[in-house]
Amino acid sequence: MNTGRKIAITFAAVAAMGMAATTAMAEKMYGPGVTDTSIKIGNTMPYSGPAAAYSQIGKSINAYFNKINKENGGVNGRKIEFISLDDGYSPPKTKEQTRKLVEQDEVLLVFQGLGTPTQSAVHAYMNQKKVPQLFVATGATKWGDPENYPWTMGWQPSYQTEGQLFGTYVLKNVKDPKIAILYQNDDYGKDYVKGMKDVLGDKASELIVAEESYEVTDPTINSQIIKLKDSGANVFFNVATPKFAAQAIKKIYELNWKPVHLNNSVSNSVGAVYKPAGLEESKGIISLQYFQDVTDPSIYDTEPYKKWKKFMEEYYPDGDQSSSFTAYGYLVAQTMEQVLKQAGDNLTRENVMKEAANLDLELDMMLPGVKIQTGPDDYFPIEAMMPIAFDGEKFVPVGEVVSVN
Amino acid sequence: MDLFLQQILTGIANGAIYACLALAVVMIYQAIDHFNFAQGEMAMFSTYICWSLIAAGVPYWAAFFITIIVSFLGGLAIERIIIKPLHHAPVLSHIVVFIGLIAIFNSTAGAIWDHTIKTFPSPFPSGSFGGLIGLHEVGMFFVTLILLLAIFSFFKFTRVGMAMQAAAANPVSAELVGIRVAWMLALGWGLAAAIGAVAGMMIAPIVFLDPNMMLGILLYGFAAAIVGGISSPGGAVAGGFLVGIIENLAGTYIPAIGSELKLTVALVLIVTVLLFKPNGLFGKTIVTRV
Repeated sequence: MNTGRKIAITFAAVAAMGMAATTAMAEKMYGPGVTDTSIKIGNTMPYSGPAAAYSQIGKSINAYFNKINKENGGVNGRKIEFISLDDGYSPPKTKEQTRKLVEQDEVLLVFQGLGTPTQSAVHAYMNQKKVPQLFVATGATKWGDPENYPWTMGWQPSYQTEGQLFGTYVLKNVKDPKIAILYQNDDYGKDYVKGMKDVLGDKASELIVAEESYEVTDPTINSQIIKLKDSGANVFFNVATPKFAAQAIKKIYELNWKPVHLNNSVSNSVGAVYKPAGLEESKGIISLQYFQDVTDPSIYDTEPYKKWKKFMEEYYPDGDQSSSFTAYGYLVAQTMEQVLKQAGDNLTRENVMKEAANLDLELDMMLPGVKIQTGPDDYFPIEAMMPIAFDGEKFVPVGEVVSVN
Repeated sequence: MDLFLQQILTGIANGAIYACLALAVVMIYQAIDHFNFAQGEMAMFSTYICWSLIAAGVPYWAAFFITIIVSFLGGLAIERIIIKPLHHAPVLSHIVVFIGLIAIFNSTAGAIWDHTIKTFPSPFPSGSFGGLIGLHEVGMFFVTLILLLAIFSFFKFTRVGMAMQAAAANPVSAELVGIRVAWMLALGWGLAAAIGAVAGMMIAPIVFLDPNMMLGILLYGFAAAIVGGISSPGGAVAGGFLVGIIENLAGTYIPAIGSELKLTVALVLIVTVLLFKPNGLFGKTIVTRV
């Protein structure tokens, strides 16, 4: 875009905002998809294909909107019409479905589109069309870039944020740390490594004694693990997808290497990683979590859990109550509800974005001390997590919540 | 020194993986005179069959041999139903079919058994020799050697083996001396599928079973077969170990290569061998009269 046009658009935007400010007091302001009684919200989810397990998130969100439509009559008197379409985790399909949502269904915004490759495919489109692409369900760091993509925002802690938090954890809890990192050689892996280096600052080159990458085509990562062990490190940072994370856990145990083992949330799963790798082998692995683990019996007597369970039984009876996805959907839907509440009767796309970047929210199924906070320059809603360790059966907290600031 | 030794042993362990699959590659090449790109996915699918049998309560070795038989029949069926009608079609059509088979096996496995990784049991005791090399890897090494011996004897000492080689090398003459070439092809497919099944069942305990298990491994399997000599089972096994060791040592001691370019090492090996010794290090030079 040339400078002249940029300036012209800025003026136009300022003028529009000025007008919006003066008229908002007086009357209701509606963007596309909003009437006095309804708000249309769009979404794409992999209801089919390789990532179909994630679709529980979409179903939980739908259940939650049904709940507030029924119990509260929606948000500020407007019922939420949630249009969730299947994209099969295929970027071209996402593009097609998102266009349909924006141009035919004319939704106010698209919420919780799932997947990094899929949402990347509509990233530019949504920003060109100036349609909010809110709380995308992916951990990539690029969603928090208000300067270049003011219409897009993530929700969960980004990979880079998590890398920073692991760095903070190490500095706080490990004496004389010597860190070895295994990472997948792509944006996802590098985001984590960058986050960790950000926090270590000048000391990064001194504290990180070895870094090894792998390609998804590598049959095994044994050679890398041997090199990392040889560096004499006492901290191992596992930035790998489930298959390779499990291989690493197994190999480290086999080599009788006993570092502080930090595992990224991408592979923090008992069923998909710790069980295949071996429960004994996985003992003591530390990961970060930001919302309650619904498989932990110690929370079964708490009010928030009972509330969630009641919601599940009433509105999503065939949903999996031991899955983190259903709890996740419940939490992210509440965040969306809060944005709409704050926007009041001014339901333009601009104002929705403004309110999304103006959150200070505590939700009861989040871990204590983890808040959802955003600002005009801060498009990273969750930037605090709690360290937990796997004890061979379940996760136990191993320290205080770490946060970026 | 310790690092050096460990990298060599890990190289041998990885090499056993490549060698096992390379044997299947050689087998199919002996039978049909070109590569089967769907070999890896077929092996993966066989491994899932074995996994299902074990999950259903069948003892390991029974499941192992049932899988081999089922895979043999499956390979035979694929040749009869899909490949045979294309017998006179150009090579490119075959390649398109192979790619189609890759997609079919991969997504069918995903649809039936989903995409999360599964633990696959090893018939060998767990543990390792002083943390240097796992007992499974050692066991696999011997399975590879047994397999090699069996294949070698099959081609060298049995009529069917020799007939199969003849059918692949010169179909017209073979037909004229009374070899049923069409059935030799089918048999080759069946045997290759059976060997692939063994490879899959040996590899899965190390890399975990998932639909994309063979994605990278097949490339290394090709590299092993080409480096060793596509016409020589023994060469392919030696090639597998060579590729495994060279890849690890290059990745460890040549900083410019590192872990990032390990796969590239395998590909460079393929190209180098094809340029300077097209029949592989241990392969026979085949002269074709024109």
